[in-house]
Order: sequence, then structure tokens, then C-alpha cells
Amino acid sequence: MMKQPLANAGRSRWQLLRETLTSRLAIWAPMLLMLVPGQRAGAATLPDERGDVLFHIYDGGGQKVLGPAVLIRKNFAEKFSVTAGYYVDEISGASIDVITNASPYHEERREITAGGEYLYRDTLARFSYTGSTENDFKATTYDFSISQDFFNNTSTITLGYTKGNDRIGRVDTPSFSAKANRANYSLSLAQVINPTLLGSLSYELSADDGYLQNPYRSARVLGAALPEIYPRTHTGQAVAARLIKSWSPHFSTRLEGRYYFDTWGIKAFNVGVGASGYIYHDWILDGNYRFYSQKSASFYSDNFLRPLNFIARDKELATFTTHTVGAKLTVPLLREKFGFLSRVNASFSAEYILLDYKNFTDLRNGRPYSFNAAVGQLFLTAYY
Amino acid sequence: MRPSPNPCPGRPSRTALLCAFSAVLLSGCASFGYQPVQPYEREALASPLMVFLRDPISDKHFQHVFETREGARGATGIDGGGCGCN
Repeated sequence: MMKQPLANAGRSRWQLLRETLTSRLAIWAPMLLMLVPGQRAGAATLPDERGDVLFHIYDGGGQKVLGPAVLIRKNFAEKFSVTAGYYVDEISGASIDVITNASPYHEERREITAGGEYLYRDTLARFSYTGSTENDFKATTYDFSISQDFFNNTSTITLGYTKGNDRIGRVDTPSFSAKANRANYSLSLAQVINPTLLGSLSYELSADDGYLQNPYRSARVLGAALPEIYPRTHTGQAVAARLIKSWSPHFSTRLEGRYYFDTWGIKAFNVGVGASGYIYHDWILDGNYRFYSQKSASFYSDNFLRPLNFIARDKELATFTTHTVGAKLTVPLLREKFGFLSRVNASFSAEYILLDYKNFTDLRNGRPYSFNAAVGQLFLTAYY
Repeated sequence: MRPSPNPCPGRPSRTALLCAFSAVLLSGCASFGYQPVQPYEREALASPLMVFLRDPISDKHFQHVFETREGARGATGIDGGGCGCN
């Protein structure tokens, strides 16, 4: 009984605590890692050859966004895969920002994506380009990643780099033009933990600089509207863990969590659970719930008491929580080969989102703002 | 030669961090009693129900919805493009 205190004589409590934690960390870190994934674990393969045609709609907060989207993938020589995509957002209505700052509007965003993948043994290299165009905004993004399988294809490590350039304009001021540069660095590990459990752990660092604000939005200083002023740099870090477990050939569950913090003072986390199962022969039903919580940016205020160097009243930077429930039904339309098609699925997906702001006031009634949104998708997937 | 003292007494030493990092790297091996899953044991993992992101076009749209309304971003496994939607 006296041995431990004697052995520890001369050491501070902090040193003892540190040594204890260090030894525990060495034991628990790998065990914790087994509990976490990436998006891909198993033998390196090219993605499925498929074509998707989707129609999406978002309706909430006085705003409606809808449009089509298409994504096609084709593989060649069992080594190469190419992807092409097209996506449209038709935006109409008036969000709370618009109601209190400007007039309702209608605009369109068009996005094109093109990419390729190259498979060499257990290594998969991937490159993609995304171009997004609006009447007052243009963005170009290049994404590169490389994945390597290890340990009999039970572990996959992926390194990613994304470079983006934005050009921001104003529809009411043609001479206005600003730029923003974006860079993202990511690292993820996907792990086959046991025959029925997959996990992944992901980390991403984002570093942005330039004009990072919305040119139309105003902040409030003693009740008066002044143009927002954001810092010209922004660095954020996110770490996420995901698990997916098969309970039977017909049922699986998912668990995920993410923590985010940045140099603007935002701290946020989200957790989610989900379940997937076969119902009625080979129909697949998915259900999910997601909770998100965020602490506001350091330069955010609902109403500043005096002008500061940086002022913002973007509700995206406020303190708020989000609850999301969703479901997806996938119904096979074609189960056997027909011409060049191997199978076709139809899917309907819907999510209901409740956003509840703690320090963003609805100026129409003086109460904290909250709103509900519904998101729907209907899409066809053809495999060939 | 004496080892150099930890320059930041309030933080774990470099050796401790290296040990932890090595342990993390080794966690995918058969060490710590972990037996790698064999190819013939992966039938359940091949199920369409065992995919984090099953429909890329759908997943990308939902991520877009969240990213335009939330301050946090990244580590989702889904590529995104720039957008002036906020």
C-alpha cells in the first residue's frame, strides 16, 4: 500500500497525472481508432458505373430553391473512371436577410463538375474540377486526393487538397468586384473494424483569404444598418468520426459526430444517427436524425453597441441549433440486365429541418428568429 | 547525454506524442490483439446498406443545404464547390 506513494515521492501531482494520461493514451488511442472510419474501406476499386438524374427542392424561411442535377460516371480499362455532373439552383423568394435588408429576388446558380480517377493496385488518385456561376458570383474549385489501402485492405488512408477561387460581384454595382481564395487540406482513415463494423475518422483544415462576406448584407449598430465588415482571413478545422454497423443482412445502423472550430470564434458540433433496412423484398428504407449546435462568431452581434473593426449579422454566424429528420426510399425499377443497363432504381428522399436562433432577432416581431425547412429529392439511378 | 527537458512543462512531451502517434499508426495492424478481417469475412460489408455515402448526387445536395446555413464545414467526405448562397 505504501509502495506507490514512495515511488511517486518528489513528483508533482501534475507530473503524475500527465504520466498516467500518457500511458492511458498509448493504450486507448489505437482502441479508439478502431472505433472510428473514411468513406471507403476495403479493396481499392473504381466507383460504380452509374448515371443519376435528380430533381431537388428546398422550401423554408421564405425561400424556395429547386432545380435538376445530373451525374454520370463511366469506367475504362478497369483503371480509369471519368465523372461529369451538372447542377442547377433556381432561387426565389425572400429570406429573413432579404426581408429586412433588400427586396425579394430571383437568381440561378449553375454548377458543372468534371473529374477522373486512376486506380493502380491499392492506390486511387482522384481529380475533379467544379465551376459554379451566378449573376453576381463565380467560383472555380480544383480537388485532388489520393487513397491508399493498407493491411490486407482493411485500412484506407486518404489525403486531399482543394483549391478554390471566388469572384464576387454586385448586381446593383457592376463596377464592384472582389476575390476570395480558398484552400482545404484533408486526411481521413477508413477502417474495417470487424466483419460487421466499419469506421472512419476524418480531419479537414480550411484556409480562406480575401473578401469572405456577402456584399449585400448589413449589420446593426445601435439599431442602424451598416455594411458588414469581415476579417479577410479565416482558418477552420473539423474532425469527424463515423461508424456503420450491420446487424443482419437486412439491417444496419449509423452513428456520426463532428466537431468544428475556427479563427472567427465559431465552435460547432453535430451528431447524427441513422438506420437502413430492406423492406418489401429489395426496397431500401433509410431514416436519419441529425442535431447541430453552434456558438456565434466573435464579431457577430444582433445589434452592436458601438462600431467595431469587424461587424457581422449573418445568421449563419449566430448561435443556433438545428434538428433534422429525414427518410429515403429506394425502389428498384429494373432488376435484370436490359440492353446496356444492369439495373435502375428510383429514390425519394425528404428531410425536415428546424433552425432555432438564440441571438438573431426577427426584426418584424422582435423575437428570436426560427424557421422550418423542407427538403425533397426525387432521383433515378441507372447502373450499367 | 541528458535528454533535453520538456520545453513546455504544461504539455505532453515530444516522446509521449511520438509514442501515441506510433500507437495510432500501428492500430491498423494485428497488434493490440486486433485480428484483421479476412476477405471471406466481408460479405456483410459488401451490402449496399453498409455505405456511408450511397448516392453521391443526393449526398452532395444535402451537404449544400447544410453548408449554406451553418458556419461549420469540412470533414464530410463530400466535395463541394464555391457558392455565393449565404
